[in-house]
Amino acid sequence: MAMTETEIQTGLGEIIDEVAGVPADEITPEKSFVDDLDIDSLSMVEIAVAAQDKFGVDIPDDELKNLKTVKDVIDYVRRAEVSA
Amino acid sequence: MRLTEGSPSSRILAFGGYQPANVLTNEELAATVDTSDAWIRSRVGIASRRLAGPDETVTDMAAAAGGKALAASGLSAADIDLVIVATCTPEVMIPNTAASVATRLGIVAPGAYDLNAACAGFCYALGTASDAVRAGSARNVLVIGAEKLSQWVDWTDRSTCIIFADGAGAAVVAAAAEPDAGPGIGPVVWGSDGGMADKIYIADRRSFIHQEGQAVFRWATTALHPVALAACERAGVDPASLAAFVPHQANLRIVEAIARKLRAPQALVADDIVHAGNTSSASIPLALSRMIERGDIASGDAVLLLGFGAGISYAAQVIKVP
Repeated sequence: MAMTETEIQTGLGEIIDEVAGVPADEITPEKSFVDDLDIDSLSMVEIAVAAQDKFGVDIPDDELKNLKTVKDVIDYVRRAEVSA
Repeated sequence: MRLTEGSPSSRILAFGGYQPANVLTNEELAATVDTSDAWIRSRVGIASRRLAGPDETVTDMAAAAGGKALAASGLSAADIDLVIVATCTPEVMIPNTAASVATRLGIVAPGAYDLNAACAGFCYALGTASDAVRAGSARNVLVIGAEKLSQWVDWTDRSTCIIFADGAGAAVVAAAAEPDAGPGIGPVVWGSDGGMADKIYIADRRSFIHQEGQAVFRWATTALHPVALAACERAGVDPASLAAFVPHQANLRIVEAIARKLRAPQALVADDIVHAGNTSSASIPLALSRMIERGDIASGDAVLLLGFGAGISYAAQVIKVP
């Protein structure tokens, strides 16, 4: 069964906390990774890899550059789940 | 036909390192390309790097590091019967670097060859040196990793010129003296994937190093810790008992990400890249010689080595500090 937006957000928050040390409660949908959370491209790769383990969704480097906000990732995971 | 008699196991007698005198800081780089000290430190963990002078060659640096390792080993030039130079930036393609280095050091008529496994080169060379001693095709081997990457860097490309540097490191490999002491070089776990050849390459002799940083980062932080752990398992060494982890100094972020996945909390993680930059095949022996010099690791300590880079290629083994 597909995860809800909140479940994905919570999971993503745990990942970002672990990878970049940003507290999970700061991870809200409108936040930009680069501008608001100070997360760089290498951390994004680590987040993508961890998201793959957690959500079972592959996020290749080509897609990664389009994911600019927390909501972008949530939407991407949900779309990938539907098509899977 | 007869076969040679080898030795049951091998060990490292000594390390030696050489860095060119010329220091290039992040601030100096920021004056020539669009970058900053903070950006470089946060992305790759480098504060400064060393560059060879215009007339200083890979052969010069290899001989300097090799000479130090030989002097520290207690052996003389006459004892060395094989010289292996791991390099992906030889001064010329013909002749090889190893024979010239041997002659500079007064090593007469050894087996001598260069080996190119890029940044994995030192671990490949150490593995083959150990095997040569064990098989009896050599008694004492001088293993050197040496690079002049500055010659192959586009100094206007801010994604690569902040990373690569020059230097050399060396080790002397011999038969393990007393059977009681046990082996000093564990089994090598190595591999490659030519399907990823386009991730790090130099297209031709007029081109510069091209690297797809994100792809390399993803590969290095996901595929390599199992290789490192396999080297521990094959050597029968519990990662929890490692005194140090000395991976190729590619990027501090990669080094730290792999280290976290090893679950080896006691292990000191080499961070030589901070002041040496990425010196490819030289980075592991350079880091080790400095760690020994500083007293960070002691004789008999188990240390995990992990080389990885273009090819792509990778190799890992556990060694005991001489």
